[in-house]
Amino acid sequence: MAKRIDVSGLHVYYGDFLAVEDVSMTIEPRSVTAFIGSSGCGKSTFLRTLNRMHEVTPGARVDGKVMLDDMDIYGADVDPVEVRREVGMVFQKANPFPTMSIYDNVIAGAKLNNKRMNKAAADDLVERSLRGANLWEEVKDRLNKPGAGLSGGQQQRLCIARATAVEPSVLLMDEPCSALDPISTLAIEDLIHKLKEEYTIVIVTHNMQQAARVSDRTAFFNLAGTGKPGRLIEMGETNKIFTKPDEQETENYITGRFG
Amino acid sequence: MTTTDPSATAPPQIRGKRRVGDVVFANTARGSGILILAILAGVAAFLLIQSSDSLSANTANFFTTESWDANTRENPAFGVAALAFGTVLAAAIALVIATPIAIGIALFIVYYAPRRIAAVLGYLVDLLAAIPSVVYGLWGIGYLVFELQGFYDGLNTYLGWIPLFAGPVSTTGRTMLSAGIVLAVMILPIITAMSRDVFKQVPQGHQEAALAMGATRWEMIRMAVLPFGRPGVIGGAMLGLGRALGETMAVAMILSPALVISPFLLQSGNQTIAAHIALQYPEATGYGVSALIAAGLVLFAITLVVNMGARFVVARRKEFS
Amino acid sequence: MTTTTRPQSTGSAGDGPQAQRSMRGRSLPRLAPPAVLAVCALAASGALFAVGSFHLVSAGLITAVLYAVVIGAASASVENPRKAKDRLVTTVVYICFGAAMLPLLSLLTTVVLEGLKRLDGYFLTVSMNGVTPSMDAGGVYHAIVGTVAITGLAALISIPIGLFTAVYLVEYGRGRLAKAITFFVDVMTGIPSIVAGLFVVALWMMLFGPGQTNGAAGAVSLAVLMIPVVVRSSEEMLRLVPQELREASYALGVPKWLTIVKVVLPTAVAGLTTGIMLALARVIGETAPLVLTAGSSAVAINWNLFNGQMMSLPVFIYSQVRMGGAVNMERAWAAALTLIAIVMLLFLAARLVSRLFAPKLGR
Repeated sequence: MAKRIDVSGLHVYYGDFLAVEDVSMTIEPRSVTAFIGSSGCGKSTFLRTLNRMHEVTPGARVDGKVMLDDMDIYGADVDPVEVRREVGMVFQKANPFPTMSIYDNVIAGAKLNNKRMNKAAADDLVERSLRGANLWEEVKDRLNKPGAGLSGGQQQRLCIARATAVEPSVLLMDEPCSALDPISTLAIEDLIHKLKEEYTIVIVTHNMQQAARVSDRTAFFNLAGTGKPGRLIEMGETNKIFTKPDEQETENYITGRFG
Repeated sequence: MTTTDPSATAPPQIRGKRRVGDVVFANTARGSGILILAILAGVAAFLLIQSSDSLSANTANFFTTESWDANTRENPAFGVAALAFGTVLAAAIALVIATPIAIGIALFIVYYAPRRIAAVLGYLVDLLAAIPSVVYGLWGIGYLVFELQGFYDGLNTYLGWIPLFAGPVSTTGRTMLSAGIVLAVMILPIITAMSRDVFKQVPQGHQEAALAMGATRWEMIRMAVLPFGRPGVIGGAMLGLGRALGETMAVAMILSPALVISPFLLQSGNQTIAAHIALQYPEATGYGVSALIAAGLVLFAITLVVNMGARFVVARRKEFS
Repeated sequence: MTTTTRPQSTGSAGDGPQAQRSMRGRSLPRLAPPAVLAVCALAASGALFAVGSFHLVSAGLITAVLYAVVIGAASASVENPRKAKDRLVTTVVYICFGAAMLPLLSLLTTVVLEGLKRLDGYFLTVSMNGVTPSMDAGGVYHAIVGTVAITGLAALISIPIGLFTAVYLVEYGRGRLAKAITFFVDVMTGIPSIVAGLFVVALWMMLFGPGQTNGAAGAVSLAVLMIPVVVRSSEEMLRLVPQELREASYALGVPKWLTIVKVVLPTAVAGLTTGIMLALARVIGETAPLVLTAGSSAVAINWNLFNGQMMSLPVFIYSQVRMGGAVNMERAWAAALTLIAIVMLLFLAARLVSRLFAPKLGR
């Protein structure tokens, strides 16, 4: 069910401001693709265009094409709601719904389409999703407690379980570990390894070691200059990007000789 | 630092010194605050003292009697039963009508209206709060009751089997339902403002989480906005209730009063405490004024409880977020 | 294929081919909602004209219901139930906003149309002295005088008390006294206006004996209502003044009270003025406490706050309505228009002040 993403000639605007310029790339299914680059270079902005979440920001719009297998997600009659069911997202800050229990958080999205899911099916989905997120053992005894009572790392895994319960084919992760301690980070990275067998995963990260550890391919973004839009500088096998990148800019960033 | 004697003989030492200006200013500020507490205590105390006269002379049970024979020096007999019922009934009608509409308006302004004009539209709703209550009363009696007449006839024809809407329909439109509708318009901006505030504070993260899993706008609102905003909406509704309970003019001008306990919204009858005081005061003699003050005390107590409840609900929400 | 059918739990990957989900759900054309709305509006007003009872409000109401039903049904059959619900809620939310605008527009247009019938220079410059209720003469000059005098005194009482209390809460208040004041100011905001009137009645009875109605009593009752509003808004404004400004002043060796007077208050002056004007707009329309304290039967011009009954605009409206004749209603509408004009002017002025004199704190 994992799908390939094909982006061609994508520009992202906020009002009149061009934030990201002319990105074309292919994201392979059943693999992890990491976006790296300095703050404000547009990698998160670009990520949010992959499931049309950028539309939530007033004035944001795109130009270009994003194909999910053979479907243009910006096609005229495509419903952003359906796009987001197909392309799930996990945010930088874990955001379980504070008014819902762990259980209700997991099935929140699945319930939308399947109102009359019976108890057994719901239980099954919750367990499967939580197991999939390596969280089941830790929370199985307190499924009816509020999700906000979990630790930061557990909350983030709960959010991943919530995203996968909708059964998307792609999972976008926007710096999922930046607010976590090293041990929780490790748990999430393990999870990413496991999830890539089923999903196409795209992860934005500030942490280059993390990109090197979890990703198969890496894309490096950078600003064309102060006040100029962000661009995709280079994309390739993670190994290659981190050892012998084609572009000098990339090498500077990787080796810390930046700016 | 404590007060020190400025004439102490220790020249190079820096010491905390209380300047005259500081002392005077700080104490004036503090005194103003204390004065406010005194005023509030005074409100309660004076009402109690002035009402005790008539309450001790009252020959009927103040809380269970419906009639009002207080304008005499001989054996006054009066009670607030009918008045208290009418007060609660009018406020309840207003609340039932206004709360859902206010939630809708708040959602409209925060999530549906085009962003450019949302602020202007919100300002328009606030304008409703700026109109004096006596003008609402005038509009109610001079315009609205005539417009509502046809509506009431229809309501009675089709829903007359519900006791609330039983006939015969008042021919003047000066009924409890008319008063309740005008009160609803008056408390609409209060509930809307509170709901709007909490809806705006719903964390972006929760909204995005809902949208990211493929929720429609309404599903996002139901999943992330309404549960988060519920305490604020409840607090706003209670503030609106407090306002509706104490509102005088709109009811005094619109309702054709009668001191009975009647559930028939389309007939004239019932009366609220506040309107009763305003109507009776100019003609009060004997124990009359004192008895009205006693009724005012009851109103004060009811609104106090409701308002404190509202503050409590709102304050608790603040602790959580 | 529609997007609603999804196979249930498929276990792990490779459990079998999953039905392809299409994101291209069938959807209503973008122009469908306005088109449906227009058709509904035409149908509703056409039907009403046919029956011969066209009325803007009922036409709007029927249009709204019709639209909700049609768009909901169309969406449910073409799109899917979830979207249908979304569209339905959208419609309901728009209707709610319309429901709030309806009384506002109706009230403003009625007041303006009815009020203009009588509002002229004569009406504004004569009193009701010597005018019998049904006589086609008289005006509101005495009521305007009373309103200005009473609210002026009320402002004179409540502005210093309110402002100093706010200063206390922001600059000095710590501990239980401050908490108690904050709490009871909140409680005071909720006092019904008629109770404020009764309070002054009771107070005046103890101080001056029964039956004393005058402008000062009215002013005190309005002050009881105005003080908490002034405290709340001033407190909010003073808290907006950055701490660095105070510290900068202290660092220059300026004592605290001078810091407040010379630095804090001037920085917040626009906000303070706005808040006070809004509080004034609030109490200028109060009627109930004035009926009790300043009387409702004065007909002559009276500038003396401490002697005799004093008419005010809101009470004038109320007492004219109580008289109930056609001329009385005309006077009431004209007075209501005058009152609304004054309130709106205060509102506008408040907005202007806050916009023009807002503190320039940006760097």
